[in-house]
Amino acid sequence: MIDTNPAERPASINAGARTPKAITVAILAMGGEGGGVLADWIVDLGEHSGYYAQTTSVPGVAQRTGSTIYYLEMFPEAAVRAAGKEPVLALMPVPGEVDIVIASELMEAGRAIQRGLVTPDRTTLIASTHRVYSMTEKTAVADGRVDPAKLIDAARAAAKVLVHNDFARIAEQTGSVISAPLFGALAATGGLPFSRQQFEEAVRRGGVGVESSLAAFAAGFSAAGEPRAAAAGESEAGWPKLGPRLHALAKRVEASFPPASHAILLAGVQRLADYQDESYAAEYLDRLDPIRDLDAQYGNGDFALLRESGRYLALWMSYEDTIRVADLKTRRTRFERVHREVRTGQTQLLAINEFLHPRVEEISDTLPAALGRWLLNTGWARRLVERFTHQGRVVETTSVSGFLLLYFVASLRRWRRRSLRFEREQRRIGEWLAQVTALAPEDYALAVEVSECPRLVKGYGDTHLRGSRNFDAVMDAVPMLRRAADGARRLKKLREAALADESGQKLAEALREVSA
Amino acid sequence: MAERSFKREVQKLYLGDGEEFHGEGILAVTKALLQSGVSYVAGYQGAPISHLMDVLNDANDILEELGVHFEHSASEATAAATLAASVNYPLRGAVAFKSTVGTNVASDALANLASGGVTGGALIIVGEDYGEGSSIMQERSHAFAMKSQIWLLDPRPNLPSIVRAVEQGFALSEASNTPVMLELRVRACHVHGRFIAKNNARPRFTLSDAVENPVRDVSRIVLPPASFLHEQEKIQKRWPAAQTFIRENALNEFFAERAQDFGIILQGGMYNTTVRALELLGLADAFGECKIPLYVLNVTYPLVDDEIKRFCGGKRGVLLIEEGQPDFIEQNLHAILRKAGLETRILGKDVLPMAGEYTAATVIQGVLKFVERYAPHLIDKERLPRVVRRLAGVPEPAGDQIHPRPPSFCTGCPERPIFTAMKLVERELGEHHVSCDIGCHLFSILPPFNIGATTMGYGLGWASSAAFKTGKTDKRTISIMGDGGFWHNGLTSGVGNAVFNQSDSVLLVVDNSYTAATGGQDILSSHAVNPIRTTKLSIADAVRGVGVKWVKTITRTYDVAGMRDLLKEALTTKEKGPKVIVAQSECMLNQQRRVKPLMRKLANQGKRVVRERFGVDADTCTGDHSCIRLSGCPSLSIGPNPDPLRKDPVATVLDSCVGCGLCGEVAHAAVLCPSFFRADVVSNPSAWDGLKGGVRRAVIGFLQRRTDRRLAGIFAG
Repeated sequence: MIDTNPAERPASINAGARTPKAITVAILAMGGEGGGVLADWIVDLGEHSGYYAQTTSVPGVAQRTGSTIYYLEMFPEAAVRAAGKEPVLALMPVPGEVDIVIASELMEAGRAIQRGLVTPDRTTLIASTHRVYSMTEKTAVADGRVDPAKLIDAARAAAKVLVHNDFARIAEQTGSVISAPLFGALAATGGLPFSRQQFEEAVRRGGVGVESSLAAFAAGFSAAGEPRAAAAGESEAGWPKLGPRLHALAKRVEASFPPASHAILLAGVQRLADYQDESYAAEYLDRLDPIRDLDAQYGNGDFALLRESGRYLALWMSYEDTIRVADLKTRRTRFERVHREVRTGQTQLLAINEFLHPRVEEISDTLPAALGRWLLNTGWARRLVERFTHQGRVVETTSVSGFLLLYFVASLRRWRRRSLRFEREQRRIGEWLAQVTALAPEDYALAVEVSECPRLVKGYGDTHLRGSRNFDAVMDAVPMLRRAADGARRLKKLREAALADESGQKLAEALREVSA
Repeated sequence: MAERSFKREVQKLYLGDGEEFHGEGILAVTKALLQSGVSYVAGYQGAPISHLMDVLNDANDILEELGVHFEHSASEATAAATLAASVNYPLRGAVAFKSTVGTNVASDALANLASGGVTGGALIIVGEDYGEGSSIMQERSHAFAMKSQIWLLDPRPNLPSIVRAVEQGFALSEASNTPVMLELRVRACHVHGRFIAKNNARPRFTLSDAVENPVRDVSRIVLPPASFLHEQEKIQKRWPAAQTFIRENALNEFFAERAQDFGIILQGGMYNTTVRALELLGLADAFGECKIPLYVLNVTYPLVDDEIKRFCGGKRGVLLIEEGQPDFIEQNLHAILRKAGLETRILGKDVLPMAGEYTAATVIQGVLKFVERYAPHLIDKERLPRVVRRLAGVPEPAGDQIHPRPPSFCTGCPERPIFTAMKLVERELGEHHVSCDIGCHLFSILPPFNIGATTMGYGLGWASSAAFKTGKTDKRTISIMGDGGFWHNGLTSGVGNAVFNQSDSVLLVVDNSYTAATGGQDILSSHAVNPIRTTKLSIADAVRGVGVKWVKTITRTYDVAGMRDLLKEALTTKEKGPKVIVAQSECMLNQQRRVKPLMRKLANQGKRVVRERFGVDADTCTGDHSCIRLSGCPSLSIGPNPDPLRKDPVATVLDSCVGCGLCGEVAHAAVLCPSFFRADVVSNPSAWDGLKGGVRRAVIGFLQRRTDRRLAGIFAG
């Protein structure tokens, strides 16, 4: 979509009126992302359309996925002939003096603004709104993503004209790379004094993947003028609808729980019926009954305690054991999803290989509680099993034997309630809920924070162990915080510290502060 | 074979008299060498010179037609020593490398070359990796020119000026019997522009002429008493000869020399930026016609005293635009004016910063301060450029919204699993002192790996842990070296040194078949068949050859568990003495460039082809991102969580995945999570595939329908 900045002022009539000036273009991209191709197209376009064109860049090692900037200047040959002299073109952009900025990704658009290259009196900014997440965003233990809306707002405020769309998706849909739709969008803005046909001729002269590039060019051209689809395709998941078998439970939710909690509770009911059975889902609601009452009595009416307890109780009760993993991995819907994701063609075959590493811990967890404990605590038996589980296994779920193996593990669902893990998790759930219920009357805010603490427990194996340790450490601090005036805020800080790094250093520091 | 092919572009090297050349700066330099009748070219790759080496490599046939010999030197020292051919014979030769790092390596040979002097023109082309995007320490090549008395050219950054600098550089070298260094900044190397070409010139005196008619002149050899003579000769003969040549051939340029009673002296390389600054201040037009006198030093060493005196004479003040520090030119200028008794005030590093890149914004600010002091009426305060007006009211995104995005390992890089394995070893044995080298593997110092304490130079990974030899601890240090650094000098400076000094530490050589960081050039241990080079030599054999007993090779770095165990063994074995692990897997960037078109071709021919890629099951991923912290692969990213109850994004594998296998290996070795899967997509399946597929569909379909029945009624629709 093309947004024109209302704050735009008419271009100042300075020296530009007397002597011609270069058209300046900056391209901000990541190494290997097609910025070079785009720059080459623009140079070729200029040189074949009566312009001097100069481009340069500082690729260096930035070509290895780092941020990199390409800079171009163009100057009319007619003016060169009239003056009888060659123009002096700059090799780097001057902040505030750039006519067109093309950013191949949203954070790179932000970087262009930060560098002062985008100004409201002059710059047309063409930005792809898709995200290539930075390492900081990706490695966060929880959610480290920046807010794309803020970046788009900043772009709208900084540019004279803003063209933004998910050009990466357009490239993907047209079987091309992002440079082609961005080139199309550039043509659509009219920022360069060349016709669409001249643009397309430059793509043809490039000679590589001409047909798909032209298709992507056309799609980019029209996308620049269209209203934009949902923000960067990042629509968060919708709430699922319940099937007929769960109508009774759904009615119970609607009749006896406040509307603010319905979405979460219905999702919880569905999840647990899918995980185990309807009676397990009913137990879920039984456990929430007392919390609802406490929330009604001590809460402020938005039922935060009920909602967060409902969220994390559903997740905790559907903890990821080997049975659950095998169940999810063998489903028809999952096979279909993988087909879509890897784009298997009509005539192609697909094999799906799982990377599983069940250790003695996971095996004992799945066994009946007494047997599981025996295996864990009996040296020779444990060592025997460890010999066979020392290495991970690759299981081909699309093969008959691999599927049967996982199908068998999934079928242990019927005995799950007797397993060691079930016993342990239910006990821990009980302790957590007891804590929540005990706190609600005396410090509602602290109870809400405690209800959110299971967010710390994630993953499998060592990751799960680390999460559980952090959870225990944070929960151990609750008695101390109970006496503090701002216990809720301090607990929240502890939880954030636990999610701040993997090593647990931040949490240890935060805990020292609490006990000090 | 290098990452980028110039096969198409090098045809431009055939352009003749009067034809217009369009292309990259580095290609123009090659053309200029051929126009100058060069006999031999050598060099070592490294940005921004890599493209020059790639161009020459791709142009080898053209070079041979002209009788020009081209070598990929073993190091910059080798390249510089190659110029010895111009000492006794009228042969024009050129070498190229990255500076200042390459110049550091070359300096021994350069100093010897400069001492005895040259007969044929000797040109040293240095790619100055300074400022934005630089990957090295921020220093100046200027110091090398000064210390060895090598003339330094810093031409205006447009193709006609650069081409002229090459041609005149040879002539200057011959006129003054001194090697000449041509300094090209990064942007100038990569600038796309145009110039009018000339015919290529075949060298009149050939390499065979020299080999068949050997000449020696003891007065050119650096040994007493000749070496003392050389020093005198430099000052008494070569220096004045150079100054005369520069003056008579107008290598430096004057613009609007008498326009004002103040002016600007600048390095040639700063010309375009300076003119743009003047243009924005209303003091020049787009063609470089300016209201302020300019003296452009296309030769920044030596300065020509007469020209300085001529330009400064009658001027109240002069601004010197000299990028980098120390301020060698400024000091020299002061000395010249003082000795000449001129009162001209010099401004330089007082209105411009002493250190750091001179960006357009920086130069504008400096020039503005200068002109405001000498002729404030020339500045229209109402029309100052935006960059000095300090744009009020332009909102900036909050700083925390913009993260730095440094370079990192490519998708599927075989070096990544090595550091994943080191992370796993760190969990078991604690942290070790890790000495790094130069190369792609140095990205390990950044997140997510955060491994590595120092980098002391190319090939010096093992040398830089030499001090840590103490009998007081059983803990060993780890050093890392790429195959590029290994052959560059690591075999002697690192391996030989460790053997000789009875080191007990561990060296890990990353053997990815190319000098990958510089653009995938071949080296001795490359697996490629290269018609003009000898390849396929073994690093392990070389290491054994200099006496290392404990040498282990792992031929698939993606085997994380194997890599981890091998590292553990090297760190804990009772065996004393230097230990070397050679970790081999081909650079993925280059492998994909080779394999992808081949796979496509086979698939189109109807052959059975399997494409592998990884995926993450979003419904079992809990959003902890441990997998990313152990990988950092660009293809392993995050995405919205499809589960409405969960808040944290899930890990996801992008379509750019090349199926290297690391995700699976990490999931196994680190006991991470069962969410990863590998999808094998079979194109053109065989009859057996089809039969097997039918049976599978029947059995699996039957069981999946049973599961469907169990779940019936839970989900609506």
